Amino acid sequence: MKYLDEFRDGERARGIAARIRQEVEPNRRYALMEFCGGHTHAICRYGIEDLLPDNVRLIHGPGCPVCVLPSGRLQAAIDLVERERVILCSYGDLLRVPGAQGDTLLKARARGAELRMVYSINDALDLARAQPDRQMVFFAIGFETTTPPTAVAIRQARREGLGNFSVYCNHVLTPPALRALLATQPATGVVDGFIGPAHVSTIIGSQPYAFVATDHHRPLVIAGFEPLDVLQAISMLIRQINAGRAEVENEYTRAVSAEGNRKAQRLMAEVFALRSTFEWRGLGWLPDSALAIRPEFAEWDAENRFAIPPIQATDHKACACGEVLRGIKHPEDCKVFGTACTPDHPLGSCMVSAEGACAAYYHYGRFRQAAAS
Amino acid sequence: MSPRREIFARGLDLTHGCVEMSHGGGGRAMAQLIEELFLAAFDNEWLRARDDCAQFAVPAGRLVMATDSHVVSPLFFPGGDIGCLSVHGTLNDVAMAGARPLYLASSFILEEGFPLADLQRIVESMAQAARRAGVPVVTGDTKVVERGKGDGVFITTTGVGVAPEGVTISASRAQPGDAILLSGALGEHGMAVLAQRENLGFDAPIQSDTAALHELVAAMVAAVPGIHCLRDPTRGGLASALNEIAQQSGVGMRLRESAIPVREPVRALCEFLGLDPLYVANEGKLLAICPAEAAETLLAAMRDHPLGREAAIIGEVVADDHGFVEMETVFGGRRLVDWLSGEQLPRIC
Repeated sequence: MKYLDEFRDGERARGIAARIRQEVEPNRRYALMEFCGGHTHAICRYGIEDLLPDNVRLIHGPGCPVCVLPSGRLQAAIDLVERERVILCSYGDLLRVPGAQGDTLLKARARGAELRMVYSINDALDLARAQPDRQMVFFAIGFETTTPPTAVAIRQARREGLGNFSVYCNHVLTPPALRALLATQPATGVVDGFIGPAHVSTIIGSQPYAFVATDHHRPLVIAGFEPLDVLQAISMLIRQINAGRAEVENEYTRAVSAEGNRKAQRLMAEVFALRSTFEWRGLGWLPDSALAIRPEFAEWDAENRFAIPPIQATDHKACACGEVLRGIKHPEDCKVFGTACTPDHPLGSCMVSAEGACAAYYHYGRFRQAAAS
Repeated sequence: MSPRREIFARGLDLTHGCVEMSHGGGGRAMAQLIEELFLAAFDNEWLRARDDCAQFAVPAGRLVMATDSHVVSPLFFPGGDIGCLSVHGTLNDVAMAGARPLYLASSFILEEGFPLADLQRIVESMAQAARRAGVPVVTGDTKVVERGKGDGVFITTTGVGVAPEGVTISASRAQPGDAILLSGALGEHGMAVLAQRENLGFDAPIQSDTAALHELVAAMVAAVPGIHCLRDPTRGGLASALNEIAQQSGVGMRLRESAIPVREPVRALCEFLGLDPLYVANEGKLLAICPAEAAETLLAAMRDHPLGREAAIIGEVVADDHGFVEMETVFGGRRLVDWLSGEQLPRIC
């Protein structure tokens, strides 16, 4: 595949890995957090940890949209589809995430709830147009990457006067999550540097991460989701750490600029407003960390149309997703990893999505745990 | 022309007609459907006998039997349809024991209202696939369910065949040191169906690889009678087939990612949807496991057959109590190739 294969080239990977091995200082520890699940997936899928020296450790961050959705918001969606008999359109991953008491949208479907797995919010708009007598609700989740398409769809629904379409908005923002992570870290903390978001940064640019360097003195390198991007970013972080620098650098220059995508930012600002606070699985309630649909578009806001009540659900008590999402625990440190919690029977959200750290470890790296035991 | 034809006042309307409940009711309408549609397509001496069963002599050897139900949606897809698929699927299951398939039985569950023109197209595709394979459909059954209680047509086929003397092929026979061979590029059936089903608007030049593999198997068995395992990686793809064999044989596997053939359009569409070709269904490919010293001979025999032109040695069997299927990635790292969990889902971010 042109434009992709060159970022998966094994020869080049071995070249960068050799450079990393030369440059690391043997008595130093390099704990690097990749914020995004897309990076976690690439790391596990390509076995990148096998190419790194032992003192370079990768810690997996909270950037997996499915993983950080709190079970209460998910349970509210299950209740909505069963109570109001709406058709809920969702991305596939969400169907298996446990809500309250381990209930899932897939189980709800087996009980008779109507769900449609869609690839894009446009599919949900099409379904609404095709079935004007049915209420179609799109379950919107994701960071800044998936937010502009949701904004476009809501504007389109208003333009067409589509009265049977609405959005259950769960869009969250990346910088507040990074801020929360850093706030809970000691000054010379667990994480020495960050591999910054890929797709998110194409929208918001590199400027919003400046506080990581200025306020918290950690380097951050924005990197694409291809495995060579990740290796190159690791190499850049190691150079910064060795030189005592803490800067925001951009490895993903082919897609990310300092100011980001202004048009997408304007669209988001037109349709969405900041929620004063929002619950994140693992990180708790974070101020100004999520988006709500503006009152001008309230007609297409499912929370307004169906008066969805807030639900406070507690996660399974043995599940360590919270600590895994904050980088405090490694997936394999969780007591139920691979035993009570597996991709077939997930107790926590990190075991569901391909971008979740637990699922990535289970699918791609379980042989390491077996070798160690 | 059959003298029975006279009892039907009018012929079946194969242009505008639909399946009706009476077509499964056991009366004249059912007899007419069988006569004018099924018999016309499958015509052979066993069906002409019009018994509820087929009687045939069996050559000496070990009898092999397999059955497979087909519920594919959409019914017609680039490179095939549910008809030829239902023939190939069962022939291949029989062939994976190293056997020569001899006879097929087929059973149809039809939904009321299903267009007879579509049914005829499907049945003729089945008949053509069976003729090409040299394996007749010798008996069958038809049921009709009410509208809304089926998905157009479901087809179950059962096949019998005979395995030659001295050939013992089973998924429980893989041994450490054995070589793992794959007959060709992965993922073509699954992605052809998905591109059609999900209405993705892709103009992807991907055709299903649906094909009968028994002649390829015959050539392989002739070249290397000591093949240990054969498996067609259908649902769940290569990854699931290898995990099944690893579990049944109590061994592990080591694959080399760079050796596994995947064609460009499949790779691109999988990439776009966030799917892994190792988990996508194939309907015309097989995996073979044989002693390492016979691997090159087997590879040459596979490449000599049109359905094995792109065959490759993709890895080896190792001793591993965990039964892990591991792969050396193109990067030189290692990863597990795990069982599929649930169904493959496209990613969000």
